[in-house]
Amino acid sequence: METLSSLVDGFAIALTFQNLILALLGCFLGTVMGALPGLGPSNGVAILIPLAFSLGLGATPSLILLTSVYYGAMYGGRISSILLNIPGDAPALMTCLDGYPMALKGRGGEALALSGFASFIGSFLATWGLVLLAPQLVKIALMFGPAEYFALFVMAFATLGGVSSTNQSKSAFAAMLGLGLATVGVDTQTGVPRFSFGIVHFYDGIDFLVAIVGLFALSEVFIFIENRHGSADASGKKVELGRLTPSWKTFMGSVPSILRTSVVGFIAGVLPGAGASLGSFLSYSMEKRLLDKNGTFGKGDPRGVAAPEAGNNAAAGGALVPMLALGVPGSGTTAVLLAVLLALNITPGPLLFANNPDVVWGLIAALFIGNFLLLLLNIPFVGIFIRVLLVPPRILMPLVAMVSFVGIYGIAGSSFDLIVMVAFGIGGWVLRKLDVPLVPVILGILLGDNMENNLRRAITISDGDWTVLFHSPLAIALWTISIVGFILPIFVGRLMPKRVKKVNKTAQEETAN
Amino acid sequence: MSDRIFGVVGLLLALLFAYSALLIEESFLSDVVGPKTFPLIIAAILGLSSIAIIMKPDAEPSWPRLVQFAEIIAAVVAMVLYAIFLPEVGFVIATAIVSAYLTWRLGTTPIGSIIVGISISLGIYVIFHLAFGLSLAKGPLGF
Repeated sequence: METLSSLVDGFAIALTFQNLILALLGCFLGTVMGALPGLGPSNGVAILIPLAFSLGLGATPSLILLTSVYYGAMYGGRISSILLNIPGDAPALMTCLDGYPMALKGRGGEALALSGFASFIGSFLATWGLVLLAPQLVKIALMFGPAEYFALFVMAFATLGGVSSTNQSKSAFAAMLGLGLATVGVDTQTGVPRFSFGIVHFYDGIDFLVAIVGLFALSEVFIFIENRHGSADASGKKVELGRLTPSWKTFMGSVPSILRTSVVGFIAGVLPGAGASLGSFLSYSMEKRLLDKNGTFGKGDPRGVAAPEAGNNAAAGGALVPMLALGVPGSGTTAVLLAVLLALNITPGPLLFANNPDVVWGLIAALFIGNFLLLLLNIPFVGIFIRVLLVPPRILMPLVAMVSFVGIYGIAGSSFDLIVMVAFGIGGWVLRKLDVPLVPVILGILLGDNMENNLRRAITISDGDWTVLFHSPLAIALWTISIVGFILPIFVGRLMPKRVKKVNKTAQEETAN
Repeated sequence: MSDRIFGVVGLLLALLFAYSALLIEESFLSDVVGPKTFPLIIAAILGLSSIAIIMKPDAEPSWPRLVQFAEIIAAVVAMVLYAIFLPEVGFVIATAIVSAYLTWRLGTTPIGSIIVGISISLGIYVIFHLAFGLSLAKGPLGF
């Protein structure tokens, strides 16, 4: 009951004129970014952060804008998957499998509408899941002391690589790289400078926004320059849209799939390190196993379009649960959203619900509103976004680079930070080439200070006794999950099988051609 | 092979990180743990994971050919020059030049590139500066 009244208060905040406009703008920009191949939710949100700051928006409006972008990008990714067989972003990969064959059969419009509904239902249920689950998680988190928090951070890093990365040593490497970068600057507890090598600019530490925009947005630009995707203009392969509404029978046939995969996706999203890509993958493979009796999956089965879309949108909502309730994001985009909170001087976690209920509930209410706006944008007005797809990467990518520069210059205002950003961009490119995941790096930069402070606080309270880290049952449980979560993938192998990689390859070749 | 080189570089990085951690001056007001311990733990895990990467390297990534590599270096140089000269030249001119360069290298025709460059620059200027009021670098000409 308490939750519901908070939610009503949230709607009162979200339903102001300014916030509605921001939600609409965010949904629109998000869908565009999701639809454009090469721009996904994480780099889409990353390049818009500086804009939100330089507009001088408060905490709640900034978050509303950026989470609308996040939800919008999850919707938008499906458009290029279905029409061009190029996933607009990683989670939309599975949508290619049945979406593109449907489009080839002249049922592209139907596939877009059906996946739009599936996205809506997935997000809607997941947002309810967020409303119900986050406050419960907060109750647990309030029992955390510094030792438990330290163990929680360890768990976030240990489980992050297991799902998405091929090589556990590389995800550990990435996490340490991020944590190491976080230690640059003046030590908050003793005031001594660390690793600044006498450069005054480094005394404040490395600005995580500079790092994020460099790693996510600029490295994407370098990938494009390397592959010279210039010729991949979408105009060459126009597909027939057909009718823009699914028949009642098609729709009803997909509803059970949508409901099942919304649950699966939500759970995948809440789990640390999983995120939307896994949500859509699990959803698709589960539905295929359950329903594919006549071998129609992969050849344009509408249920194969609905399942991954409901799954990835539900996962997007689920991923917000640990980010808001614990302050520990489980995916790339929620890590970027955490950066937004930190930059706004808001510490996420249990205290956020107690100290800034307006921020939390305003945000959740905005998600409900944004979801309706997105349904509206993505069914009747889907044509606008199809036209956006015609912008070729050779124009888009310089635009992305320049907007990144403008944004960072807007908040940092110095040439030095721009050069650091370029360095992160090229570093990100090298790491991507070597198959080192970038999300642990970002997470390390974001959580490093907090992690170290909790460690030092725990040891200080116990007067130098390091075993305090393993005293409480809660801490032991977190350490156990960390160890199992880190070691298990080495023996079990990747959760995402090779097949996905193969599809990814063909999609990449598609873009290259 | 790439992974082995990467691992060796990682190992050197870990050693360097550990070495500079040991050089951190302790304050007399230090807490029990002090400013060195956490960096040293990081260096240790960084080193261990580098060794694991050397022992068990992944398949070779597809590195760009020399020409593509030169393309990337050239783009980096263009961006660094942009960063340095932005405050001197002003936003509109610097941005037009760099975005024209980038779109040209990505396959736009030379004349098309000039048009794209100027449009991107003016477009960002109008939306971000005139509409949203974001402060952009002012050159000697005031824009």
